[in-house]
Amino acid sequence: MLAQYSDWFYIAAVAVYVLAMVLHAYAQAAVRTRRPVLVGAGGTPADIPAAEEQPARAVGARAANMGVSVAVLGALLHLASIVARGLATERWPLGNMYEFISMITFAAVVTWLVMLRRVPAARSAAPWVLLPIVVLMTLGGTALYTAAGPVMPALRSYWLPVHVTAIAISSGLLIVSGVASILFLLRSGSGVPAAIAERMPTADVLDRVAYRVMIVAFPLYTFAVVAGAVWAEAAWGRFWGWDPKETVAFVAWVIYAAYLHARATAGWRTGRAAWINIAGLTTMIFNLFFINLVVAGLHSYAGVG
Amino acid sequence: MVDSLERPAPGPVRTSPFAVLRNAWRGLTSMRTALVLLFLLAVAALPGALLPQRSLNLNLVDQYFTDHPDLAPLMDRIGLFDVFAAPWFAAIYLMLMVSLIGCVLPRSVEHLRALRTPPVATPRNLGRLPHHATGPVDGTPDEVADRVRALLRGWRSAERTEERAGAGVREFSAEKGYLREAGNVLFHLAMVGLLVGFAAGKLYGYEGSVIIPVGNQFCNSGILGYDSFRAGLRVDGTELEPFCLRIDQFEASYRADGQAADYRAEIGYQTTSDLDEGSTAEWRPATLAVNAPLRVDGLRVYLMDHGYAPRFTVTFPDGQQRTGEIQWRVVDPSTLLSEGATKFERPGITDEEQRRTSQLAITGLFAPTSSGGDVVTSVFPALRDPEVAVDVLRGDLGLDDGRGQSIFQVDQRQIESGALQRVARANLVPGQEITLDDGTVIRFDGVNQWVGVQVSHDPGQDWVLVFAIAVLIGITLSLTIRRRRFWVRLQAADTEGRTVVELGGLARTDRAGYGEEFDRLRAELLGPEKKDG
Ligand code: HEM
Repeated sequence: MLAQYSDWFYIAAVAVYVLAMVLHAYAQAAVRTRRPVLVGAGGTPADIPAAEEQPARAVGARAANMGVSVAVLGALLHLASIVARGLATERWPLGNMYEFISMITFAAVVTWLVMLRRVPAARSAAPWVLLPIVVLMTLGGTALYTAAGPVMPALRSYWLPVHVTAIAISSGLLIVSGVASILFLLRSGSGVPAAIAERMPTADVLDRVAYRVMIVAFPLYTFAVVAGAVWAEAAWGRFWGWDPKETVAFVAWVIYAAYLHARATAGWRTGRAAWINIAGLTTMIFNLFFINLVVAGLHSYAGVG
Repeated sequence: MVDSLERPAPGPVRTSPFAVLRNAWRGLTSMRTALVLLFLLAVAALPGALLPQRSLNLNLVDQYFTDHPDLAPLMDRIGLFDVFAAPWFAAIYLMLMVSLIGCVLPRSVEHLRALRTPPVATPRNLGRLPHHATGPVDGTPDEVADRVRALLRGWRSAERTEERAGAGVREFSAEKGYLREAGNVLFHLAMVGLLVGFAAGKLYGYEGSVIIPVGNQFCNSGILGYDSFRAGLRVDGTELEPFCLRIDQFEASYRADGQAADYRAEIGYQTTSDLDEGSTAEWRPATLAVNAPLRVDGLRVYLMDHGYAPRFTVTFPDGQQRTGEIQWRVVDPSTLLSEGATKFERPGITDEEQRRTSQLAITGLFAPTSSGGDVVTSVFPALRDPEVAVDVLRGDLGLDDGRGQSIFQVDQRQIESGALQRVARANLVPGQEITLDDGTVIRFDGVNQWVGVQVSHDPGQDWVLVFAIAVLIGITLSLTIRRRRFWVRLQAADTEGRTVVELGGLARTDRAGYGEEFDRLRAELLGPEKKDG
């Protein structure tokens, strides 16, 4: 029963996120009317908004505000889905890949919403941030879906909620940071049509978002890895054994350390650092999918198939 | 600012060996080198995740050799199947360590020095700073100075008075966020400690696993007692921590679909000091469970797996009896279908040749909950309906030829050569027996359980945890604290009883957000209105 509700909430959350994306995209499309109107009005100085433009702008702003509210609603549904799942299974709802992805994407949405308060100028990146979240959730809800059930004994420990929750939340943060770095590169490069690039936040804002999220994500991720080691010591007989999942987690950690170093190295601070951040994100995603599903290891309890 | 962390690039190469050394050192301890080394480390670790590793799974490595007969030996030669023991891997992290130490020691010294020097003097032109504001306020310079002092509580600050244009100019310079640098230094030093602790564990630690049937005991007296043993580089196995263990009881519970719900083993143990005192009659009770090892005497004892040991009694034609009970190994973890070989030697035979050729082996499959029917398979892991499907082999087991033999199998070569022959095949439930052609009777008595136990010793482990916690504290301080500076200049205004206040602010680290704090300080001193800069 509860499990069924959890699934419905999940589907509703995805749908609502898509709606938020559409609203944000619409808000940005509305801004486009500006230039044609300016040209049409002939000779209107660019810094004085044309009369016709006002409504379009207002509509855009309203759509964007609605987009944020709708995303908040989505996050509430998402949270309800996670809680219902936990109640239905009578355990911490992080026992398989479906639940893990649900937690990661929830963390990413919340991170994004918090970031919007801190850096309002980042709002126009919303569709791009929501896109990977919706894609991940769709994957999680279909191909990787697992019906509610208990977990294997090795997973039953106090460290499970601690370790896995920390990993999931930091992964959500790292996704937001990584997407900001991708957008930063798109924004500052020349490969993207100006019509799209101009509607993104400025490169400077994107760079700041990437870094500000990272300084929370990295310590949390470090903590998650340490908590994993503490748990492995109790469950598997050693705190670190270079199991494939551990190894890739280590690689990702080293790459993120390199990102932070790059932030303090002349000539590496922005562009190259962004590439490193993307390499880190790639490694995290690789760890989530490839290592869980393809490479056998102690961590392979993904609970799929 | 951030760039000042950069060391100067190595200068042009001079000829003196000292200069060469110094340049090499500078190169090794530069930020750019650290970056490159971090990348190298990441790349070097990757094959450890993507290729099968000996330390994790020998079978997969063998499989890889079979699948890629040309490539695998070459890959093996450069250590790709033992990445984390490969010299090139060690080289990278040693270089990183050296670079780290070379980098962080001078920084610690610098930081200590910075802690003892007052904040830098107020720049002449505060208007050039990223944050600045100016305006007249009510109050004499003395009164305003009091306000500034109150405001700067919690900052490290210094106050100077300068004569300029015939009037006293007061200057305050303040700095905050020293913990950031301290956190950074702590983080890097703790990394060194963590790596040293990790390495120490690898050198002086060991790990052995052994199967113990319920009711039996085991002592940590030497490598030979173990079924498998992994010794650290500095461990020769002669001085293991003395320790004994007895398995009293084992219980597993399963869900309806056969998935394991819980395991636990009730055990007794004797510590090093128990053994030293000779009090070997007493056993201290303990419970081993999943996620709950026994920690004692620097050893950790884990319950790793479990299985069954069928018991057979052989009654030979002359009336002599032998009972054998040895663990069979699990072939299907979900149903605990097991296979094994219980071996017997006929007692009371003096003729060497005859003794050797009348050995017996009971081999086959054991199902804890049998499906019934002719072909025995297991449908559930618990001991509900046990049944064995056995082949009885008689002849020369090949135990005497000096080669080690698996306890779970008979030597296939002996069967191929005809030295070992099948003399019976049957499915038995407990209590049932079969009679061989020579009158020997084999009875399947029942089943015992065994547990697989791992004994681990890692002297570096506690240190690794301590340093890991230090790493966490360090990184959190270092990333969340902002190092920032704030300056105030007070000058009497032309109007009596008013003061011109000039403010400047600079965030020394790569973090946005100082603006808000500066705005707050400005609002306190100048009032909220006068927004400037
Ligand atoms: C095991 C190797 C290393 C790791 C894992 C590592 C990791 C990190 C991390 C995560 C940070 C970010 C924290 C912060 O900004 O304070 C950092 C900062 C820093 N690291 Fe390292 N590091 C390593 C080696 C080195 C080496 C060899 C150097 C010397 C060149 C170095 C110099 C620095 C400096 C100067 C910062 C400060 C950057 C800033 O203030 O933003 N690190 N390191």
